[in-house]
Amino acid sequence: MNESIERILRSGPDGGGVGESVSRFAAAAEAAGLVDVAYVRAGTPFGDVLMAGTSKGLVRIGFLHTSSEEELLREIAVSVSPRVLHAPGRLDEARRQLDEYFEGRRRTFELATDRRLIRGFAREVLAHTARIPYGSFLTYGEVAAEAGKPRAHRAAGTALARNPIPIVIPCHRVLRSGGVIGNYGGGPEMKARLLALEGARVASA
Amino acid sequence: MTLPPFQALIDDHAETIHRFLSAIVGPVEADDCFQETFLAALRAYPGVRAGSNLRAWLFAVARSKAIDSHRRASRAPVPLGAAPDDRVVGDGGAGETDDALWSAVAALPEKQRAAVVLRFACDLSHRDIGRMLDCSDEAARRSVHEGVKRLREVWT
Repeated sequence: MNESIERILRSGPDGGGVGESVSRFAAAAEAAGLVDVAYVRAGTPFGDVLMAGTSKGLVRIGFLHTSSEEELLREIAVSVSPRVLHAPGRLDEARRQLDEYFEGRRRTFELATDRRLIRGFAREVLAHTARIPYGSFLTYGEVAAEAGKPRAHRAAGTALARNPIPIVIPCHRVLRSGGVIGNYGGGPEMKARLLALEGARVASA
Repeated sequence: MTLPPFQALIDDHAETIHRFLSAIVGPVEADDCFQETFLAALRAYPGVRAGSNLRAWLFAVARSKAIDSHRRASRAPVPLGAAPDDRVVGDGGAGETDDALWSAVAALPEKQRAAVVLRFACDLSHRDIGRMLDCSDEAARRSVHEGVKRLREVWT
């Protein structure tokens, strides 16, 4: 008797699945204004990306072929807010524009960005990077100069390497001098393919 | 030590919390309590001390929401559930027998009910249960024991 009581207790009560409750919760939390950062996974030709947005706009895009989702979410929890929730609705528009970009149907992004993760000189560097037109590119030195510090090409390189919103802030359009591809968060191959997608005429790839 | 993203709490604990609430307040009220639990937790989350036992904290929130729900139900004009002294009898079908046992669980005193559900349906240690019910491991063990004893008496 005791054993069968314990068996039934262990098997738990009949009840609806938790899945529905969880999706209802994401919607309720969003409606209550409690989601400081909403995120979603999105597919691209290079692998999945994680997109995260605050109430101000897109705050982070991370490449899941070079970082793990767990790592990216922890970083966001520490640097933005621990109130991070999988709540896809907020990122529908960003996801749509990203799809169009990868299909070659979009040349500029019309998305609000939240640049709180960009500080100091990097703000200038990435603000100028954001203005490099589709299909063209600058060198690290040129971006540093536009940002007001012509000799700071190394600092510009660091700022670009730490770009929290790649693709939308197109750091792939900044190359080493002589048209050398240089580094990229998603790997140099991805950088070359993004430039090819945009029809950029890079001398050496 | 930093707080993990809130989503990690959902991924790790939503299922057990849902189970706990289904057992404590029944499947109908469970979803409402689940929503209240996680909304309250999300609201309070940035103020939680990093490194604290987040599972125990979530269960404590869930337990207080379940108590609120019981209070609301007991104020309702139509009496819900069996009085504690009723013997609960099923007609022998497995599903009905299980339902009868869960009705008996629902009729246990709150602390015993929580202890029994946490121990068996949620597979928590006596130590964790004690932490959650704000009592010693030994007192938690006693509550579980008394709860099961009581179930044995009323459940046929």
